[in-house]
Amino acid sequence: MQVTVKVYRFNPEKDKKSHYETYKLEAEPTDRILDMLEYIKGYYDGTLSFRRSCAHGICGSDGMRINGRNYLACKALLKDLHTNKITVEPILGLRVIKDLIVDMEQFFAHYKSVMPYFVNDEPEPPQERLQSIEERERFDDTTKCILCACCTTSCPIFWASDQYVGPAAIVAAHRFIFDSRDKAAAERLRILNDQFGVYRCHTIFNCTECCPREIEITQAIGEVKAAIITGRLD
Amino acid sequence: MKKHQFDVIVIGAGGAGLMAALYASKTANTAVISKLYPTRSHTGTAQGGVGAALGNEEEDHWEWHTFDSVKGSDYLGDQDAIEFMCYEAVQAVYELEHYGLPFSRTPEGKIAQRPFGGHTNNVTGKPVRRACYAADRTGHMILQTLYQQCLKNNVNFFDEFQVVDLLVVNGAAAGVVAIELGTSELHIFHAKSVILATGGHGRVWDITSNAYAYTGDGIAITMRRGVPMEDMEFFQFHPTGIYKLGILITEGVRGEGGVLINGKGERFMERYAPRVKDLASRDVISRAMYLEIKAGNGINGQNYLYLDVRPETVNKYAALDGRKRLDGSPYTMTGEEIIAKLPDIVDFARTYLGVDPVAQPMPVQPTAHYTMGGIPTNRFGEAVIDENNTVMPGLYAAGEVACVSVHGANRLGTNSLLDLIVFGKHSGLRAAEFALGADFQPLPADPTEYTRTQFDAIRNAQGNEKILEVSGKMKTIMMDCVGMFRTGEGMQSALQTVRELRERYKHIPLHDQGKIFNTEMINIWELGNLLEIAEVVTVCALARTESRGAHARDDYPKRDDVNWLKHTLSWVKPDGVIELRYKPVVITKYQPMERVY
Repeated sequence: MQVTVKVYRFNPEKDKKSHYETYKLEAEPTDRILDMLEYIKGYYDGTLSFRRSCAHGICGSDGMRINGRNYLACKALLKDLHTNKITVEPILGLRVIKDLIVDMEQFFAHYKSVMPYFVNDEPEPPQERLQSIEERERFDDTTKCILCACCTTSCPIFWASDQYVGPAAIVAAHRFIFDSRDKAAAERLRILNDQFGVYRCHTIFNCTECCPREIEITQAIGEVKAAIITGRLD
Repeated sequence: MKKHQFDVIVIGAGGAGLMAALYASKTANTAVISKLYPTRSHTGTAQGGVGAALGNEEEDHWEWHTFDSVKGSDYLGDQDAIEFMCYEAVQAVYELEHYGLPFSRTPEGKIAQRPFGGHTNNVTGKPVRRACYAADRTGHMILQTLYQQCLKNNVNFFDEFQVVDLLVVNGAAAGVVAIELGTSELHIFHAKSVILATGGHGRVWDITSNAYAYTGDGIAITMRRGVPMEDMEFFQFHPTGIYKLGILITEGVRGEGGVLINGKGERFMERYAPRVKDLASRDVISRAMYLEIKAGNGINGQNYLYLDVRPETVNKYAALDGRKRLDGSPYTMTGEEIIAKLPDIVDFARTYLGVDPVAQPMPVQPTAHYTMGGIPTNRFGEAVIDENNTVMPGLYAAGEVACVSVHGANRLGTNSLLDLIVFGKHSGLRAAEFALGADFQPLPADPTEYTRTQFDAIRNAQGNEKILEVSGKMKTIMMDCVGMFRTGEGMQSALQTVRELRERYKHIPLHDQGKIFNTEMINIWELGNLLEIAEVVTVCALARTESRGAHARDDYPKRDDVNWLKHTLSWVKPDGVIELRYKPVVITKYQPMERVY
């Protein structure tokens, strides 16, 4: 079928401000939006710039705003959009560097601020630390995060203030706070109990709706809030 | 142009690179340079598990793992290196757990393990649960965990820097040249030790599970500096890629009881591997699939087959096989259990096939998956650059880019993640040790001269060729003629085509003449790497007149241990001629035998 793809363009070396270019191409209903961008770059305009790598929803490189909602371009199929008119824009709230490429440094700085690593300074046992199936299940959902930034850049609170640590960083903290083997939960809860921490979340649910890994992000944020208030991790 | 100096630099931030960096940074000033943000690396897509004989679910021994890997390699793997890897595996997996990796658990709270192709109880010959897993996203969890530990340990990262040249001075590694993608500025990284951990080159083939980033950069830049590559003819086709897209469906699906079904509704692997059936090694299954499709047994006569993991199918064949649970009761699976154990697979099938795998079988075909060959190393990750295993000072390689050789002619599933952690660790340790006892090599007078020449050629290319057409032609001919089944005639025609494409490549014009994220320029450079590698692969494959592991020839269908129990070394000479020499396989305990599953 014929598809019209309208793409946000901005070349800082040439353009004073951004504009949109429209391309018409033939595509199959099962084509990924990423396939269309590759086609446009290959046959219409080699200067079109975007990030991508694994092309099947795991590496997290190609988070984009497609028809007004955040997707991974490799996980959004034409047929799932129910239209042959596609608009592709960079994710919001981060500085656009060129076309669909945004500056990710702020996003990763927030991630790094929540101690997103396992802490347990007790002597290591000769084999594995034991953990029950239930204890492991407690934080399973938030282990799935691929740091694509779809959640954080769909959040109106983050758009209003990029000082807000954002859903992705809270998801990363959650993964460790609720891991029975980890010993730094109190420290992470202290970090997130900040004016730019979890209380900025107003449960708008944009993050949960667009997460390509289907993580229950708003719920995870709620669990972190509850842990701060109650001082308990159950 | 900016200059940096480190004791150790690691190129690539997947599992091997991050493990190397973690270890090197304990004692040496270390930096990681990666063209992707580290968590985008291809390790993250590995699904089913990491092999280690923990024996958490049933009796197992690292010696069994060793034999299975030797047999899986079709006896081309170096047995001293395989012994080392399988012995080290157990502690390496515990170490990942101590870093916080969220493995799935057994009812006793230990690391859970599942069966995988080619891994067996050496007494009964039956599949053994050896793959330590975190649901079906083991690679994702390894990548995340190692990156997190690197952050904790303040490792230096240069993200989105494309390394484009290896600097060699006085026969030793002296550093690399990299392009900062955001600015196109050239950076010189002066180092005492350089560890290459850049992954493989599956993008040479049309149907592949590999990321766009898998363009063989590490191999290409090393080859251009006169270092030989080992066993480049051996490339693995994984049996179960999503039809047309090539996206991987883990062998763990078959580990959990899924079976392959042809167009006649037969579980055809019974005929090819009577003992372990759908859990034979990958080369055996991919070839069986190819033969089924060729014989007209594809689904509706098409070039795909079904991977069926519906509970009724799993339970039917588990009963026929007499498969038991640990407590001795018959093995059964419910739809919920399948979804819990393979959540990402269910998601891929729903997203890309529109198929619910609990209710419908999944259309699959073999997909180009893994580079067995690469930069020759010893088991400490040191690059060894001739038949006598002479070490090149300061150069290390680990992971898929390296050829230790622990995978020989065919890698067993779960041994790639194992390779990353074991040899990542040891290359990091050895590189740091070397750096602390060595001086910097002087830099060349004009370190970026070669890079500038190379990129000026790309910027100034004249002509009407298109990158997608040149790459498309390469992928198709390599898939058809240097893929799962090969003939001398087919490979000759592929070689001619690839050489023509290398000429056409010079006439791809660069439309983007900017400096900020010039992805077109980088893509063209990457295609140059793939084309050079495709030529080397084809030349090595043409020379090897036998069938072994993943290298299967219609015109030489038998393994030939008399003439070919040896590793290929290939040098690209300055005039472009590819020179082949050979070195012996290291055999310790296991004499080559006929390989039956």
